[in-house]
Amino acid sequence: MNLTRRQLLILLPAAAAAWEHVMAGTPENAPNYKSAEHWWGMLVDITKCIGCGSCVRACQLENHVPDGYFRTWVERYVVQDWGFERVHVDSPDGGKNGFPDLGGDAKSFFVPKLCNHCADSPCTQVCPVGATFVSPDGVVLVDPKYCLGCRYCVQACPYGCRFINPGTNTVDKCNLCYHRITKDLTTACCEVCPTGARQLADLKDPADPVHEFLKTHSVQVLKPHLATGAKAFYNGLDGSVR
Amino acid sequence: MTFKNVAHLFRIAAAFAIGFTIFLVVRSLLVPKSFGQYGHYRGAALNEIASRPVSYAGHEVCETCHADVLDVKKQGRHARVACESCHGPLAAHTQDPASVVPAKLDTAKLCVRCHEANHSKPMDFPQVHSAEHSAGLPCNTCHQPHSPRIEAEAKTK
Repeated sequence: MNLTRRQLLILLPAAAAAWEHVMAGTPENAPNYKSAEHWWGMLVDITKCIGCGSCVRACQLENHVPDGYFRTWVERYVVQDWGFERVHVDSPDGGKNGFPDLGGDAKSFFVPKLCNHCADSPCTQVCPVGATFVSPDGVVLVDPKYCLGCRYCVQACPYGCRFINPGTNTVDKCNLCYHRITKDLTTACCEVCPTGARQLADLKDPADPVHEFLKTHSVQVLKPHLATGAKAFYNGLDGSVR
Repeated sequence: MTFKNVAHLFRIAAAFAIGFTIFLVVRSLLVPKSFGQYGHYRGAALNEIASRPVSYAGHEVCETCHADVLDVKKQGRHARVACESCHGPLAAHTQDPASVVPAKLDTAKLCVRCHEANHSKPMDFPQVHSAEHSAGLPCNTCHQPHSPRIEAEAKTK
């Protein structure tokens, strides 16, 4: 086939447009949802978390998470004023039913944890069969039909966000309520959070208030030295949190 | 160039071709159609995950019918607390409001989930020692849960 320069210049944009369409993908059941237009993350405001456990309960009900396993959970940190290495962390039943009052005057606060939906996630890199992946809209998902249950990813996740679901013997984790966010709903945990400590963030949407928040606050991700590209942003994150 | 005494090479080549064809056929049967559509994974998984059923309907749906509650709630401190935060997942109720009726809530147990005093909670969050505050009485004896601040108290502040 002989192409003239003119023909090539006409063909290239057309090919690019076609490729863009392939990359975007359109879930059939959510016809208005285009994954290329979103890049999901979450904003967690530790200064607002009251440790009520509503998020944990909602997550378990929404996603049918078995008892004793958690896609999201809440930890309580108790820190002596200078002893970052001597922290006391507890999370009774994932913080599902709240926390008993410890009293005392030590610094103490709640940290909700979930999958950080890393852009350069260690867990997806180790999957031998392509059962876990970063979706085109930035959500780390598990394909339960393809997962072998080999547990490589469970070990690879530096945040401890993955577990083997005893019902299916496949890996389970927070999928940022992918069945909700693709239908213009927020996640179950963000929906029920009574203080707004958790907020779903669409980093590709310029109108999302997360941009203003990130600009005006000192926000940190967990374990930034691992360069995982974590997209769970924490406001008011204490140095003792691991 | 002659092909004398090279029949064994053709046999090997034929065996290889047959083996390779079988490999291609088996591979095309085993690898799902959508594998590699977006990356090294099954593209159809995106749709399968996205089409799971929803349990929490979201407060916007509640507000289409319960505008009266919304009006009360908007005025009070619970304006930003979603309906299902207290009432639980009610997507089934939005599908069939007549037969799926939300359970009545026991405010003596419900409110303390958030408002029981705890040193670990942020200082500015309203907290009570429920035993001293109400001695086990349901909170809605005095407070209206959708707009919990008591008028008399609000006026003195």
